[in-house]
Amino acid sequence: MKPIEILATTGIGLPHANVDTDQLIPARFMKEPRSVGYGQFLLFDVRRDAHGAPSPDYPLNQPGADEAEVLVSRRNFGAGSSREAAVYALVDGGFRCVIAPSFGDIFASNAVNNGLLPAVVNEEDAERLLKALDEVAPVEVNLREQRIRVGELEVAFTINSVWRTKLLNGWDDIDMTRQHEGDIETFAATYAERFPWAQPYPGGAPLIGKG
Amino acid sequence: MSTPQTLFDKVWSAHEVHRSDSGQSLLWIDRHFVHEGSFHAFNKLEERHLPVARPALTFGIADHYAPTLSRTLDEVNDPKVRSMIEQLTDNTAKHDVTLFGLDDPRQGIVHVMGPEQGLTQPGLVMVCGDSHTATHGAFGSIAFGIGASEVAHVLTTQTLWQTKPKVMRITLKGQLSPGVTAKDIALTWISRLGADGARGFAIEYAGEAIRSLSMEARLTLCNLSIEGGGRCGMIAPDQTTFDYLKGRPYSPKGELFDQACAYWSTLYSDADAVFDQDVIIDASEIAPTVTWGVSPEEALPIDRFLPTLTGDIEEARARQIRDSLDYMGLSPGQKLTDIAIDRVFIGSCTNARIEDLRAAAAILNGRKSRVPGVVSPGSTQVKAQAEEEGLDRIFIDAGLEWRHSGCSMCVGMNGDMVPSGERCASTTNRNFKGRQGPGARTHLMSPAMVAAAAIEGRLTDIRTLASGAHTDGGHS
Ligand code: SF4
Repeated sequence: MKPIEILATTGIGLPHANVDTDQLIPARFMKEPRSVGYGQFLLFDVRRDAHGAPSPDYPLNQPGADEAEVLVSRRNFGAGSSREAAVYALVDGGFRCVIAPSFGDIFASNAVNNGLLPAVVNEEDAERLLKALDEVAPVEVNLREQRIRVGELEVAFTINSVWRTKLLNGWDDIDMTRQHEGDIETFAATYAERFPWAQPYPGGAPLIGKG
Repeated sequence: MSTPQTLFDKVWSAHEVHRSDSGQSLLWIDRHFVHEGSFHAFNKLEERHLPVARPALTFGIADHYAPTLSRTLDEVNDPKVRSMIEQLTDNTAKHDVTLFGLDDPRQGIVHVMGPEQGLTQPGLVMVCGDSHTATHGAFGSIAFGIGASEVAHVLTTQTLWQTKPKVMRITLKGQLSPGVTAKDIALTWISRLGADGARGFAIEYAGEAIRSLSMEARLTLCNLSIEGGGRCGMIAPDQTTFDYLKGRPYSPKGELFDQACAYWSTLYSDADAVFDQDVIIDASEIAPTVTWGVSPEEALPIDRFLPTLTGDIEEARARQIRDSLDYMGLSPGQKLTDIAIDRVFIGSCTNARIEDLRAAAAILNGRKSRVPGVVSPGSTQVKAQAEEEGLDRIFIDAGLEWRHSGCSMCVGMNGDMVPSGERCASTTNRNFKGRQGPGARTHLMSPAMVAAAAIEGRLTDIRTLASGAHTDGGHS
């Protein structure tokens, strides 16, 4: 995963609350292999009108939005399903950071696992950033200092410290966990002794359909 | 004396393999479910040449893309949908993972099938690449949804890194009124706390009204925890739980079952355990509730009116209401029971268990639906049971379609969708924009409320319907 330290790039605002995972990527696109590039599915339905044409007033359809790597939105961004495809759509669409007052829990951890920074700001700062990013504009996100700058405006953001470390280093969980292989083996053995009933046991009992 | 612990703490600490300096815990995972969407995770293993560490602890289920009109793949027209199910079959076979496939009599939506087979038990940590995994917490397990990277991690290590969430207790004081269900409890607390009201929290549901809920109703309640942003939802196991589990295929047997019950009986929050947040709701205040907007927090008791935009209402709030009403094709101040619907859907892991079908059938018995609709049982076993009880006839006679089990119109992945612009009264869990298909308008409610809406062709208060007409639906 590509580490993040400072993103000096352009940003765009998406001034909506509850931009959920079903909006981020409609379910029908999730049958596609990742190799097709999920960026083309990002916010597919909500950025189009009833006839399927791009709505000119949708923020992500404005000139220059294609180049943006930072997205600012309102509360409860990424709420909903566990579909990591919502993160793939953002990442393949070129985004490296989403800024919002709150995120769906699973979305945020999926984001970190794909090198996308979920930066939490307070509601007022989100509104100020949205105002500053009414049109595509230069933005700087500094993960080490946890600060965001757009022109004169500078705001702080928060992020879980473990996630911050992972993003700064581009670390992958599977590599981290393999250092604990011995611990896992020992734990599993003790656990099986302590809770023998917790092993799934097909048992051969007849199928039953209790009400 | 040891420090008092919450139910959540007890289960969490029994699963901590390791705690890092930064405070993250490496948790042991007892049960892992994979479905068709897990292909991303299997592909990750493939790329890195990693094996599945403990295939016996993972179970595969065909549900998200399962066709509801037939049980064979040959009849699936969309080659991409077919390929999703085939990939699951191949991946589970390759890694020696048990599969409950399309033609398996145990097939069902993962969160219906797990409990039904006795795979879900108190005190476990369970995960699945589906956010409604919280459902299984109804047994007193910690169960939560994960993304594809985490699915790959569990497959190859049987563990997961997690930061311990805070714990919120939602206590229901007193008893529910007639016609009020677990679905209404959930929509009520979510509308009060907001769709992110429980973000960062594990939820424990407690109180008298919770204790009197059946296992099915507890599953519905825990299922919806994620809709309020909760990491998971839990209910302390009790006799209802043990009775449900006894004799299920994967439940412990004989002496092991007794040992298990003895341990499970210790899984409750100690009397003076401290919660990070305590929410108290008067159960008798809860009314049959429906959503009117595009987030589960946009819910109201059925006898109310849509919000208006007059008076001193905060700008952000007004904006959200305007946007939601606009998408839903509704006007401010409209009476909820004046809203006409185009179709109904009874299904999903939220409300398609046998009890749910009985509740809907009891209302529909001997009556006609004014709108078309689909009933998709939560599992193949629920379907068989319902047919044994004659519920299928009631739905068919009412004019609804009786289908096979699958996620179906909850998410529209298999092609079952609500046409654009149409309004659907639905027993599912998400009223998000486009959730049931592009442009679809969803109103969430309990199965009986969906049945009532079908009969009237508009959103309907189950309490007035039941008292007005005949009540010979003796199927409850
Ligand atoms: S029924 Fe809906 S919520 Fe439940 S598992 Fe299927 S897609 Fe997820």
